[in-house]
Amino acid sequence: MSLHAQDDPQLRKDQEARLRAVWKPPSGWFFRWTDVNNNRIGVWYTLTAFGFMLFAGVLALIMRTQLAVPDNDLVSANTFNQLFTLHGSMMMFLFAVPMFEAVSIILLPQLLGARDLPFPRLSAFGYWSFLLGGVFVGGSIFFNAAPDGGWFMYPPLTTRTDLSGIGADIWMLGLSFIEVSSVAAAVELIVGVLKCRPPGMRLNLMPLYAWYILVVAVMILFAFPPLIAGDLLFEMERLLGWPFFDASKGGDPLLWQHLFWIFGHPEVYIVFLPSIALFAMLIPTFAQRHLLGYPWIVLAAVGTAFLSFGLWVHHMFTTGLPKISLAFFSAASEAVAIPTGVQIFAFIATLWAGKVKWSVPLLYASGSLAIFVIGGLTGVMVAIAPFDWQAHDTYFIVAHLHYVLIGGTLLPLFGGLYYYWPLITGKTLSDRLGRIAFWIMFVGVNLTFFPMHLSGLEGMPRRVFTYPADLNIGWLNLASTLGSYLFASGVLVLVIDLMLSPTRKKAPRNPWNAGTLEWLAHPDDEDWGIRSVPLIESRYPIWDQKDFVAKVDEGRFFLPDAEEGRRETIITSVLDAKPVSVIRLGTPSVKPMMTAVALGAVFILTTYHLYLLAAFGGVATLGCVLWWLWDTAAIPEKHEKPIGHGIDLPLYIAGPAAPGWWAMFITMMADATAFSGLVFGYYFYWTIHPNFGADFAGPGTYWPMVALLLSLASWVATVAAREVHSRGAVSPARALLVVGALAAIASLGAGLRSLDGLDPQANVYPAIVWVLVIWTVIHAAIGAIMQSYTVARSLAGRMTPAYDADLRNITVYQHFFALTALIAYLTAGLFPEAGL
Amino acid sequence: MRRWLRRARDLRVTLWTLIVPPTTWAAHFLFSYLWAAISCAKLGAWARFPTAFAIGTVAALLVIVIAGLIAWHQARTPGAPAPHDEGTEVDRLRFLAYSTLLLSGLSFIAVVFTAAPVIILSDCR
Repeated sequence: MSLHAQDDPQLRKDQEARLRAVWKPPSGWFFRWTDVNNNRIGVWYTLTAFGFMLFAGVLALIMRTQLAVPDNDLVSANTFNQLFTLHGSMMMFLFAVPMFEAVSIILLPQLLGARDLPFPRLSAFGYWSFLLGGVFVGGSIFFNAAPDGGWFMYPPLTTRTDLSGIGADIWMLGLSFIEVSSVAAAVELIVGVLKCRPPGMRLNLMPLYAWYILVVAVMILFAFPPLIAGDLLFEMERLLGWPFFDASKGGDPLLWQHLFWIFGHPEVYIVFLPSIALFAMLIPTFAQRHLLGYPWIVLAAVGTAFLSFGLWVHHMFTTGLPKISLAFFSAASEAVAIPTGVQIFAFIATLWAGKVKWSVPLLYASGSLAIFVIGGLTGVMVAIAPFDWQAHDTYFIVAHLHYVLIGGTLLPLFGGLYYYWPLITGKTLSDRLGRIAFWIMFVGVNLTFFPMHLSGLEGMPRRVFTYPADLNIGWLNLASTLGSYLFASGVLVLVIDLMLSPTRKKAPRNPWNAGTLEWLAHPDDEDWGIRSVPLIESRYPIWDQKDFVAKVDEGRFFLPDAEEGRRETIITSVLDAKPVSVIRLGTPSVKPMMTAVALGAVFILTTYHLYLLAAFGGVATLGCVLWWLWDTAAIPEKHEKPIGHGIDLPLYIAGPAAPGWWAMFITMMADATAFSGLVFGYYFYWTIHPNFGADFAGPGTYWPMVALLLSLASWVATVAAREVHSRGAVSPARALLVVGALAAIASLGAGLRSLDGLDPQANVYPAIVWVLVIWTVIHAAIGAIMQSYTVARSLAGRMTPAYDADLRNITVYQHFFALTALIAYLTAGLFPEAGL
Repeated sequence: MRRWLRRARDLRVTLWTLIVPPTTWAAHFLFSYLWAAISCAKLGAWARFPTAFAIGTVAALLVIVIAGLIAWHQARTPGAPAPHDEGTEVDRLRFLAYSTLLLSGLSFIAVVFTAAPVIILSDCR
């Protein structure tokens, strides 16, 4: 007979009661919205993104109705411009990217057998930012104020306030706000995959979906910040008249195109890879075998992610860049077909080798692959510069991109919806309605978009609100319009199926007989995520590990209890998932929501030029963030706790093993990427202007060097404070931090002093110097706030030499700050002034 | 030399070494792009043999080949046959090594792709 404590049913019952109490969601008409459990936030997130997709789809239907016949006048040219801009922007920023994050926020904790991801409050903050920003941008069309410059907002049409209305500001500021939430979710997902895996889930046992999430979240980190940098320059031009994209004052509209497409091309893969990742989960289930070529799929994900950053100029083949530059990007565009092909062949091979069950999700998967491959092949065509010169900005491109996005993102998501619906709601969707919806959509997509290849080759340009009958493309457009309605009716069938779902009976647990961890979920799910955190020995534990499900349910693995009444999960090491710590997770709180509202106020009020109120919003945001942080990284009541099986883990970790350190490091990577976008701008102007920096006064060398030295002093003081603090010298550490903060403030003053006499409205040279310096001094100010905050934590007894996460985290910030100051001040002070 | 080889053998593949080959591709790509943009913008054209470009390309290919060789060596660490899906240290090592090897192959091809236009076009027009 087993002597395991978990054999006692009463003990298990008590444990469950304690877990249930700890993970109880808040109730009440308002407070239930303060929940931070990722399972719940993920569902809100998914529903909201789905709603935005339907809205953007309706916009597309109005456009297709307008284009059904030649010389139509259903909507005006102005409205049409708003329709296509909002359709593209919403589908990209309010559906495709957030949907990936939303789905991952639901699935990831379950795939990783974690109670929750490490920063549930950050997810909640991301969700509220997304909702506010989305309603702000999407709602603008009802006030005839929607952006109308195309989803890529090319200047100078959009930067000249006499040619474009407030819509351009709404686009820039509203979507910048949403990008904040995307980066927040990326931080959560990366740290989740790296640090929250269950014990034993080494990198080679990680579910492929988690690999894709890791790769895509890292891509977000490097793709979104250049756009944020571009947005910054763009709004500086619109609101303050700094001529970054104004050719008459030395600016160049092409810089915007570079910054936009450095974001915009990886974006395509950011929305494609996670959808394909769903296949990597559902194909083994329906082939009833392990996925073939696991390392090949990892190669495909990582390889695609890298190569996708070398493609941006293929959107700019017709802008007159040197042919040699075009050729580099053409080569990279061709090369990306290799890893993309590899993953598709791995899927086909798995199906071939397995015993296939032809279910609805698999139907969607195979149908979408067929559509995606057509889009991929036209992609290879337009990657060849001479072909692109012919097809650029015609409906051929519209056809290509919709084949890619519908085949590569939308239909896989619908397949995933059918696959994962039982996981989330406990009910299955209708097999019959699913198949009907699929075939309607499949025919609809091809009828809508295939004729566009032809109308494009016949010479129909994109973004025109009508076309003359003489062009003889009326019948092609009519076919497209009929197809679009067909497609929409397929979506309607799917929506009806979803609506009918609550009336259906509960599905059995793990209805597809899948092998991966997420299917531990019970139809009557509890809020605690997983009953006990399992020990993983295989890629498909439900198939391969004996009595796995029963052991998890009986709490026979790790952390089966919540004795101290705290929400907890296990943190493991990056490579081999060895348990290193138990962390306490955030509980329901109004703080994330309030922070999102305050930050939203900054962006939204700036749109309407209410600068003073926006500044109040900024102060309120800072206040909320500090209030939020004050409770985190709390010193635990005891040093260690047992997690079962004789293992004791510490309740507090600091430095590179801790999730907080990783979050800071990752956020700073994004910050540094945005900064490098600005630096790229500086040197870009230098390459195109023979007299860059010569015709207008610069900042000189003296003050930038003083600012640099003071910034470096602030960094050295912080590093020294960390070192002496860890040796127990608390007072000297505090003193060093105060010195660091004072040096940072002094560097701020010196930085601003260097801008004396530079008129940023006169020419792009002083303007870009202003931007580099302002970026750096703002970082100095934030650094000083962090140093002061750490001193306050120390004085309040919330930080001691043994519990010093705050100090270690701000040191990471300071490393990046020192690097920023070094590059910014050396560039502004010495280049090209010193004759380089 | 032998000491270096031994040191390379002791080096264990991790998530960081996994991205060495594609990062090298990225660095080479950026270098190629900047080199072409600056030489075309500031010199107008390049009529001479692009020495800097050739050195950069050879260096990038070398790094990728070395990363691939180390990975190849580690992928052959004795243990159970593929698919390396057991929860052991050796299988994790071999999985990462094999993935690194595959990425080296892809990166090598991609660097050659990037280098080809310079040889074929050899001017800025």
